Amino acid sequence: MDVFGSFTLLLAFVCAVYAFIGGIAAIKTRHPLLVKSTRQAGIATCVLIFIATFAVEYLLFTDNFSQAYVVSHSNRDLSAFYKVAALWSGQEGSLLFWSFLLSVYIISVLIVYRNKNGELMPYVGVILAGVQIFFLTLNNFVENPFKTLAIVNANGVLEPFTRMDGNGLNPLLQYPEMVIHPPNLYSGYTGFTIPFAFALAALLARYPGEKWIHLTRKWTMVAWCFQSLGILLGAHWAYAVLGWGGYWGWDPVENASLLPWLTGTAFLHSVMMQEKRGMMKVWNVWLVFCTFLLCILGTFLTRSGVVSSVHAFANSHIGPWFVAFLGITLFVCFAAYVKNRDYLKSENMLDSMVSRESSFLFNNLLFLIACIAVLSGTLFPVFSEWFTNNRISVGAPFFNKIMIPIGLAILFLTGVGPLLAWRKTSADSLKRNFGWPLIVGLLGAVGAFFLGYRNGASLLCLFLCCFVFWTIVEEFYRGAKVIKARTGMSMMMSAHELSMRNTRRYGGYVVHFGMVLVFIGLAGAAFNSEAQKAMNIGDSMKLGPYTLVLQSADTKAEKNYTAQRMIVEVLKDNKQLMMLYPEKRQFQGTEQAAGTMVAIYSTLQDDLYVVYAGMDPEANVPVIHAFLNPLVKWIWLGGVWIVMGTLLALMPNRRAALGVATVPETSTSTVAQALTPGVTLREGHD
Amino acid sequence: MQNRAKFGVGIGVIVVAMSFLAWLGYGESKTYYHTIAEYQTLNALDRAHRMRLAGTVVDGSIKHSSGRVDFTLEEQGKTLPVSYVGSDPLPDTFVGKSQALVEGRPGPDGRFVAEHVQAKCASKYEAAPGGDKPTPSGATQQSSM
Repeated sequence: MDVFGSFTLLLAFVCAVYAFIGGIAAIKTRHPLLVKSTRQAGIATCVLIFIATFAVEYLLFTDNFSQAYVVSHSNRDLSAFYKVAALWSGQEGSLLFWSFLLSVYIISVLIVYRNKNGELMPYVGVILAGVQIFFLTLNNFVENPFKTLAIVNANGVLEPFTRMDGNGLNPLLQYPEMVIHPPNLYSGYTGFTIPFAFALAALLARYPGEKWIHLTRKWTMVAWCFQSLGILLGAHWAYAVLGWGGYWGWDPVENASLLPWLTGTAFLHSVMMQEKRGMMKVWNVWLVFCTFLLCILGTFLTRSGVVSSVHAFANSHIGPWFVAFLGITLFVCFAAYVKNRDYLKSENMLDSMVSRESSFLFNNLLFLIACIAVLSGTLFPVFSEWFTNNRISVGAPFFNKIMIPIGLAILFLTGVGPLLAWRKTSADSLKRNFGWPLIVGLLGAVGAFFLGYRNGASLLCLFLCCFVFWTIVEEFYRGAKVIKARTGMSMMMSAHELSMRNTRRYGGYVVHFGMVLVFIGLAGAAFNSEAQKAMNIGDSMKLGPYTLVLQSADTKAEKNYTAQRMIVEVLKDNKQLMMLYPEKRQFQGTEQAAGTMVAIYSTLQDDLYVVYAGMDPEANVPVIHAFLNPLVKWIWLGGVWIVMGTLLALMPNRRAALGVATVPETSTSTVAQALTPGVTLREGHD
Repeated sequence: MQNRAKFGVGIGVIVVAMSFLAWLGYGESKTYYHTIAEYQTLNALDRAHRMRLAGTVVDGSIKHSSGRVDFTLEEQGKTLPVSYVGSDPLPDTFVGKSQALVEGRPGPDGRFVAEHVQAKCASKYEAAPGGDKPTPSGATQQSSM
């Protein structure tokens, strides 16, 4: 199977090279057979990568310990669930997994558009093949997952060798979220290749109008959704597994995943400027280019060891390959832009500071500054070494100082932006749209103050959360009221109908609501507290409203590990609430084989987070470390709403009998005006 | 005022404010990387900085005592005694022979006082090479994570 897998990977590389070179020839000659054959070569490349990926999984599932990759990342006792995850737990496998997910997108694009957009698709095919060639070069010639073990025999000759068992999977990865976090994040990284390919292809082909944006809108949303989910799952994994009580540490690898998310989010907003007003064309193209480049940069940072990170892959040789690919891609993008920049001329100018356009402009500016801040903070050690010979890093205070005000400003625009009219907003309209949200925001802040959340930034955040929440409620209410008046449906059904008629707009609001929940959770971080105590059986410790009593300790043996477990009773107001079981696991098969399992009692108000921190060396009793983290659960709930909102935005619009119009150019976005009978609905232009 | 100028002023204010905040944050959190060999040759002024050092934990050197954990880091034949005084639990991967990154300041008794310790984790995990372990054919065995 290893030879078969290795061969399919090589064949995939050959097919990708043909799709690339043949594609360029097809663009020049426009020969239909050449166009068709290169498209089919692209499809074949993807299929071969699928087969190679399944070959690695086959080797993992059959415990083939003649394979270096299987030995390094699996063992006989590893459960099937984690054998799947072992594919992306190592450098070679994760790069193959990158190629696999990229191929899922590429094969979908090649099949969906096989008979459409004939002028554009050959360019798209060549760009996608170019990206595949890069990753297949790594898969085949730099980090091949099909290396077999060999040993030098008594005669000094290398001969095949099979180990009895493997080293096992890193204990930190033996956690259910680790099975779903990397695929989500990688799906985000790889997914941004599609809008990139279309944007560059449209620029190279001088493809008319904004069609490339319409073509890639859903692909971009899918990638963005995966990226968002991947980041949140990663944060949750760090929270639930690493035992440090936090979910975000501004680690270079965390930052690397945030960078393309920031530019991708900016792009999802600024495309509306291009669709509605024909503005920001250069900006949009460069946002897509930068998002893709940041995805590659993120992969590079994670794997090259260029910056020290708790996650980064060590001793890697792939750094120069990534630098070369980044350089070539940047050069091609820049050359295409210089050659065809006249194609990107803006059709309109900004009319007013108080308008939808300006809110998008400032939204994009803030996302860009956030991206530059995170990027410069992450790469600071590298740059400082170049310029000063001193390797200097910056930590959480640097990121927090910039990102907290930016986050709050973006949250403010999340509420304000959708209620501003295109071109210019009148003072009357401002009063009408923002009166109630401001009142609700103030009430929320006062309520939070009396509940004890007395921190300036957190109070401002909670005020803005309530403000944005009410703007969203008002948007749904206004639209639903009109539908209710026309159809006689209930308010809930009218709101549902409204959402289905303009899924992009109302899906966007649901995503905004999810972000509000995330921000509520982030606001709680200012009130975190913790306590640590070496405890004998029967001892207690107090943290906030909770009392923790160590009841007993036991040991349980599982198939792949032995756990030492603390049984902790949680009391609140002297009443028993529940039992928590923090534990330490000793895994088999690995040498650095301990793992911590945190026990969390999570409510909307706070998380009681309990860690068994090991034995006190002097007293020889267990040490319990407990954290009280307010509002954390809201972050994960926000993630659920973000996904639901994106799914709604991806659905096709329902055509109503009465018809829905796009928002008039000079009015506010009141849906009452948008529900003009007899006007055909246009999909997703708000 | 022209629209363009208004936008220019708005953008300028945001950029200047953010640059100022970045400068404050930089001052608060800058940390110098040094090798252990470099660290031992630093003058008193440079030793006043917050710094980060990496090395391998000497096997058997980890000693727990109340309020701190003492251990020795080794890098290219040079050793450095370290006392960890942070409140976070040490990572599970922090054991003898593991690679660790310590962050803190030099202490008065020649020990490095670390407030944070990171050890190899998730994606960095690598099985320790042993004498009976063969190498893959055609290539040197590479770290896999």
